[in-house]
Amino acid sequence: MKHHIEGSQAVAHAVALCRPEVMACYPISPQTHIVETLSRKVKAGEIGNSQFLNVESEFGALSVLIGASAMGARTYTATTSQGLLFMAEAVYNAGGLGLPIVMTIANRALGAPINIWNDHSDSMSMRDAGWIQLFAQDNQEAVDLHIQAFRLAEELSCPVMVCMDGYILTHAYEVVDLPTQEQVDAYVPAFEPVQVLDPQDPVSIGAMVGPEAFAEVRYLAHDKHLRAVEAIPRLSRAFEDIFQRRSGGLLKAYHTNEAETVLLALGSVNGTIKDAVDDLRKEGWPVGSLALCAFRPFPSHALRQAVQDAKRIIVFEKDLAVGKGGIVSSDVKMALRGLPTIVDTVIAGLGGRPIPKASVIDTVKQACLEGLEEPHFLDLNWDAINRELTRQQAQRRSGPTAENILREIGAPGASPI
Amino acid sequence: MSYQRVKFYQTGTFTIGNRLLDESNRTVQAGMDRTNSLNSGHRACQGCGEALGARYALDAVMRATHQQMVAVNATGCLEVFSSPYPESAWQIPWLHSLFGNAPAVASGVAAALRAKGRKDVRVIAQGGDGATVDIGFGCLSGMFERNDDVLYVCYDNEAYMNTGVQRSGSTPPRAWTNTTQAVGAHPGNPMGIGKNLPRIAMAHGIPYVATASVADLHDLEAKVTKAMKFRGARYIHIHVPCPLGWKSDPAHTIKVARLAVECGLFPLIEAEGGEVTDRTPIREKVPVEPYLELQGRFKHLFHPRDARALETIQAIADANIHRYQLLPVKA
Ligand SMILES: Cc1ncc(C[n+]2csc(CCOP(=O)(O)OP(=O)(O)O)c2C)c(N)n1
Ligand code: SF4
Ligand SMILES: [Mg+2]
Repeated sequence: MKHHIEGSQAVAHAVALCRPEVMACYPISPQTHIVETLSRKVKAGEIGNSQFLNVESEFGALSVLIGASAMGARTYTATTSQGLLFMAEAVYNAGGLGLPIVMTIANRALGAPINIWNDHSDSMSMRDAGWIQLFAQDNQEAVDLHIQAFRLAEELSCPVMVCMDGYILTHAYEVVDLPTQEQVDAYVPAFEPVQVLDPQDPVSIGAMVGPEAFAEVRYLAHDKHLRAVEAIPRLSRAFEDIFQRRSGGLLKAYHTNEAETVLLALGSVNGTIKDAVDDLRKEGWPVGSLALCAFRPFPSHALRQAVQDAKRIIVFEKDLAVGKGGIVSSDVKMALRGLPTIVDTVIAGLGGRPIPKASVIDTVKQACLEGLEEPHFLDLNWDAINRELTRQQAQRRSGPTAENILREIGAPGASPI
Repeated sequence: MSYQRVKFYQTGTFTIGNRLLDESNRTVQAGMDRTNSLNSGHRACQGCGEALGARYALDAVMRATHQQMVAVNATGCLEVFSSPYPESAWQIPWLHSLFGNAPAVASGVAAALRAKGRKDVRVIAQGGDGATVDIGFGCLSGMFERNDDVLYVCYDNEAYMNTGVQRSGSTPPRAWTNTTQAVGAHPGNPMGIGKNLPRIAMAHGIPYVATASVADLHDLEAKVTKAMKFRGARYIHIHVPCPLGWKSDPAHTIKVARLAVECGLFPLIEAEGGEVTDRTPIREKVPVEPYLELQGRFKHLFHPRDARALETIQAIADANIHRYQLLPVKA
């Protein structure tokens, strides 16, 4: 049934329908509304015998789930940003152990400087941890991906992060079609663990592995992701059968047929990008766009097929590999190796900076007419940067960069230097 | 404690008492049905107190739970010497996740059992002093505060042994470790700091806290067995000499442990709901020096003799004796 509902509430509703048995959470904006809603549902007895643990840290939260999942329970948590970094060691551990935990990432920037707004730096920092990473374009997809995530995680025995843009999605009220319990029960089967702590059949989980076997164990984690490349579209189709709508999959193409230039992005900015594509096409530009839903596993083959006729890919990414540039674009380049396609990197939307349609359109035109420097930073205030660089050269104790830039840019309350 | 203490003053040992006891009072280890939860063939050093303590503690939990036990292990010597495939020494369902999260992982196991409505299976978590008093302290305090149904056992060998003997929050004053070398004006670990985790555990008001030592394995087993009678968070802190890190003779592990108890540096106590309920009186008080002298990690206190340091350590022992009234009150 359709509801006008906040993204976080909708996701909490969907998670509850998946009947998680153990949840352990630690608050951090913009994830809080999800876990608040789930804690209320558990307390009110709306999720059967489900346990909700208020823990002392994100590291504790994921560690609780590691124990619960190894005990054969369906598990869920949500976090973002600093919280994800704080649980980093456990993130890799859950990935390495192959425990099918589902976690929402309400994508948010990483400090310093501390910043609560949206970008993808947080989940990118964990891209190689062995977790599947799915990115939602809108709140309907966020809801649907969570339902798919439980089935995918448990089928492969591999943890899954569902990434949804902080505030832009988590706090947005949109019309969302919320599924029924019957639909979800029909889609998500009971959890049958592949490894479990069972006094009747004792096993050692998490034992030490030396050089003689480590590489093989790691390869098998990689192999799981190779299988996920097949499983993700299959489970998306199975989802469509029951829920009568398409959601998820590896990637979504928009007017890519005969497009010479393809814009590629993850998450909610694909809405803006599709609008930009519409406008550009009206002006006669042969452009299309591609939304990556799965970032891990990286859908190299599907991507290559989708854009094989394009001359240029412009990757808009909300992250920055400091000292290098693009993270997503590097993966795209690897997927397209051997093809003459030009791949541009546009670093955009860091720390919640809006990505206006006009800026997207200008950048595409600039790329096609003049080419872009690599990487290209969208809407950067070069005057402020250059003045700060000059100051840093002039005086040794130039002071904290963030404060200086705030003064430069004239943020409310900041006095000019 | 509820079991019958056997005293063989003529030999100074409790170990041979079993055969003379009523069957119900004998140790779990003496039973034909002991489970060998931590089986032979692991890679601990000769004379390892931790291996001994773990074996007794786990077999006692196994008996108390009718073999319905799951164990969570922190990274550390116990995990490393016991687990490498294909020689895992564990005969029980066993999970190792990380160095600093064993209490939380065990909370998760307990939560899963709650969610599944299984009261028969119980969970214990175990780790070294580093895992417990330092890196896992936040998770441990959280587990206590939530009163999750977990027995946490700390094997205290007073340093990070697995990484090659570095100082932990449980390293005693003046002890040599590889990060508190016996050099400079104040050789060894600094005086006057440290963390008393049994007392911190008691401050959480959890149902049961106890200290135990491999010097008194019957007492250790009895405390573990008693701990399993409670639901909620329980904590047992076991003193386990490490010949490698303490630079003591592997043959002296029990002797060293016993001297620690009898000099008052490691008091054996029990507490319920945050209040001390029992303590093991010291039979015959010994000074701290014979205890320290058996361990190379304190060698610098004797060559040349550091009278001030020895007095300060003696004062710590005396304060324990006073706090827990460890000496029998003379009639
Ligand atoms: C996060 C992290 N930091 C450091 C280590 C390295 N490390 C492994 S075991 C260990 C020492 C364990 O000391 P303790 O808990 O006292 O156990 P013991 O080996 O003494 O029994 C350390 C420092 C680690 N594995 N993980
Ligand atoms: S180093 Fe110490 S604690 Fe570790 S196995 Fe050897 S004796 Fe036991
Ligand atoms: Mg130790």
